[in-house]
Amino acid sequence: MMQVDVTVLLASWLIAATLQMSTPLILAALGGMFSERSGVVNIGLEGMMLIGAFSAVAATYFTGNPWMGVLASVAAGGLLALAHGIICVKFKGNHIVSGTGVILFAAGFTTLMLEVVWGRKGYSEQVTRLPDISFDTGNQFLNAAFGQHSPITYIAFIMVIISWYVLYRTPFGLRVRAAGEDPSTLDASGASVEWTRTIAVVISGMLAGLGGAYLSIGFGSAFGKGMTNGRGFIALAALIFGNWTPLGVLLAGLFFGFLNGLQFAIQLVPGLEWLQNFTNFVQMVPYLLVIVALAGIRKSVPPKGIAIPYVKEEKVRCPTIE
Amino acid sequence: MENISKTFAGDVQANKNITLRIEEGEVHGLLGENGAGKSTLMNILYGLISKDSGRIIIRGQEVEFHGPHDAISVGVGMVHQHFKLIPPLTVTENVVLGMEPIINGVDKRKGRLWKIVKQILPISYRSASKRIAAIAEENGMAIDPNAKIRDLSVGLQQRVEIIKTLYREADILILDEPTSVLTPQEVDELFVTLQKFKDAGKTIILITHKLREPIILCDKISVLRDGELVGTVNRADTSPSELAKMMVGREVVFSVEKEPAQPGNVVLQINNLHVRDSRGLDVVNGVSLNVRSGEIYGIAGVEGNGQTELVEAITGLRRATSGEITVNGTDITGMNPRQVRDVGVSHIPEDRHARGLILSFSIAENVVLGKHQNPPFATGPKNMMLDLDRFNKEAKNLVHTYSIKVSDVQVPVSTLSGGNQQKVVVARELSINPDLVIAAQPTRGLDVGATEFIHNTLIAMRDKGIAILLVSAELDEIRNLADRIGVIFDGKLVAEKDPYETSQEELGLLMAGHGSEDLEEARNV
Repeated sequence: MMQVDVTVLLASWLIAATLQMSTPLILAALGGMFSERSGVVNIGLEGMMLIGAFSAVAATYFTGNPWMGVLASVAAGGLLALAHGIICVKFKGNHIVSGTGVILFAAGFTTLMLEVVWGRKGYSEQVTRLPDISFDTGNQFLNAAFGQHSPITYIAFIMVIISWYVLYRTPFGLRVRAAGEDPSTLDASGASVEWTRTIAVVISGMLAGLGGAYLSIGFGSAFGKGMTNGRGFIALAALIFGNWTPLGVLLAGLFFGFLNGLQFAIQLVPGLEWLQNFTNFVQMVPYLLVIVALAGIRKSVPPKGIAIPYVKEEKVRCPTIE
Repeated sequence: MENISKTFAGDVQANKNITLRIEEGEVHGLLGENGAGKSTLMNILYGLISKDSGRIIIRGQEVEFHGPHDAISVGVGMVHQHFKLIPPLTVTENVVLGMEPIINGVDKRKGRLWKIVKQILPISYRSASKRIAAIAEENGMAIDPNAKIRDLSVGLQQRVEIIKTLYREADILILDEPTSVLTPQEVDELFVTLQKFKDAGKTIILITHKLREPIILCDKISVLRDGELVGTVNRADTSPSELAKMMVGREVVFSVEKEPAQPGNVVLQINNLHVRDSRGLDVVNGVSLNVRSGEIYGIAGVEGNGQTELVEAITGLRRATSGEITVNGTDITGMNPRQVRDVGVSHIPEDRHARGLILSFSIAENVVLGKHQNPPFATGPKNMMLDLDRFNKEAKNLVHTYSIKVSDVQVPVSTLSGGNQQKVVVARELSINPDLVIAAQPTRGLDVGATEFIHNTLIAMRDKGIAILLVSAELDEIRNLADRIGVIFDGKLVAEKDPYETSQEELGLLMAGHGSEDLEEARNV
């Protein structure tokens, strides 16, 4: 009887951990989806998450209201993305270089601001967490698995549906997909490639920023230097693994979140305690699986016009000497 | 359009002071060689390119276009030469793009706020499909609104492009080289459709570099040369040869002069060849043919019927799944491209930008490419050094022999015109003294002058006893040059014809997958 209880507990705990770990991944990957479906590579997700995580804590600290933190994270992520969008779309900069710049900027800026705001290195002061939504289902297993989650987790799942709707059912979504596949066609149809792409990139930053807020005030209650810890890149992997579709992103996000949760769960399984001596190795497992998954399992098809700045057909040709 | 001028970066004046008067309800042909400025002029009329000076007046009203949406709003529609369609999207999605109908007719609402809100309201695909179906039926252009573009044939894709302009209620229709990708039968269908539009009072502007089309269809024809308007003539008052003279600026000989072929031994022998494309589909399904020295074997067919993969398999760029290819008795199946070259096979590739040239390299580098690793171009121990003086010497020789118009062999080939670029490819490929030349679409996109030159060169090579395999989508080219014609359809050679005993119609039907018996039937009807 005792043994069964532990297994059940572990299973429900694993479900809860999966949902928690996948929340920031799903949000950031959905963001990446908007950007990349419009043709702009966004490796800056990591930086947009980080700045979102910081802004959430800072705004909560000053206002005392964690919901203000959520708003601030969305705004900050969107603003940083706007810079990326302007560089890539308006000035036709290299998407990878600009994205790298976004990551480095976010890392430097948040570290600096930690000192400016709290006069501390490494960690901010504790702030009020976003209150969880909790309810009693009357069942121990369901309670442990689903009974207590951050509102941002719910938002993430709702966002999957909204993203699907926007991408496949609205004029804006159609234009985003067109801009990513063949911008010259969108241009010839009379719609603006520049606007479509820029807005898509800003949306990506807003979603990634929200994913960052989950880390700092949804799951935790403080900002730590570099706290996104590569999740922006995992989100990118989830995006590719999910074939740039909302449903794919959801499944890939859950899968990677599950691997992440598994890494903790393994250490709790009776008989596997010895693994605790190898925590670093265990932490590596999900990343290894990402590589295996990306290398072997399926072929994904990126948008055709991705990473190519759109320049109107003003061709350069030198005259020949007669 | 009055006094339109346009200069591109690099001081290329694409349009010089062009004034064009097009009357309502007429079919106006815009004729000119590649690079004459036809597309530029029409892209200005469609708002895609901005003009430097001049005025556009439509129905007495001067208009200023900041983008295609302005042109669309006054009823100008354009069918581009390279279709503006997105392959993974459906017909409906492609048609409504940029003008999406919203449920409950919300799209009719004006105002800045509505403009933004509309972007995230649901598109009414049902009403769009209905309207597309109605437009299609009205004009006799059957299409499935829910089909994906990538699953449609080129002819059907063009239909979608035309429907797109009609959906936007265009009454001035610009068609840029509409026939260049169609089979002869599809061209006939297109002409019927255009005639319908004309009867419905629409104005049509037809851009072309072919002479046959304006003569059949147009009321008036304007000819452009080097960015300038040569003149506008009534169809009734002109002839193909006069138009050609206006277009090129001198007399043109249409048919290629050639002696009967003197075929010798079999050089290229292909037995039951099967090849798969990059998606893993069988696209060459058991082709067998032979080409003898001193003859041109022409492969006619609509693009995408396995020609590309066939050529790639012969030249070593793609591995055949089964079958055998021999050149002068040597089995070359499975050899890599350099080994194939060393056997004496040269290749004029169909896409000169992707496979024929390195655009940023100089002419000298491009003409030596492929033989640069051997003396005399490579010197020193183990041929580790390049003798750049030899490069230049070779390039100057070839530039002279092939009359390539350049000031200096050091300039990048990207600065040359299409015709001169192709001459660079041809010069390089023929300078290795091949036994077999594989020429794929050798005159694609070239003007009359360059085409003539390439044709004469190929004939001269043939007369020197070289075997030539000519693959072309241009039926006239095949009929003029080839000594034997193989028609390819769906990866199979469906017929082999003597060019003197076959007709345009027969080849056209064979290319479209019909047998000769269909021709009889067509004649009887």
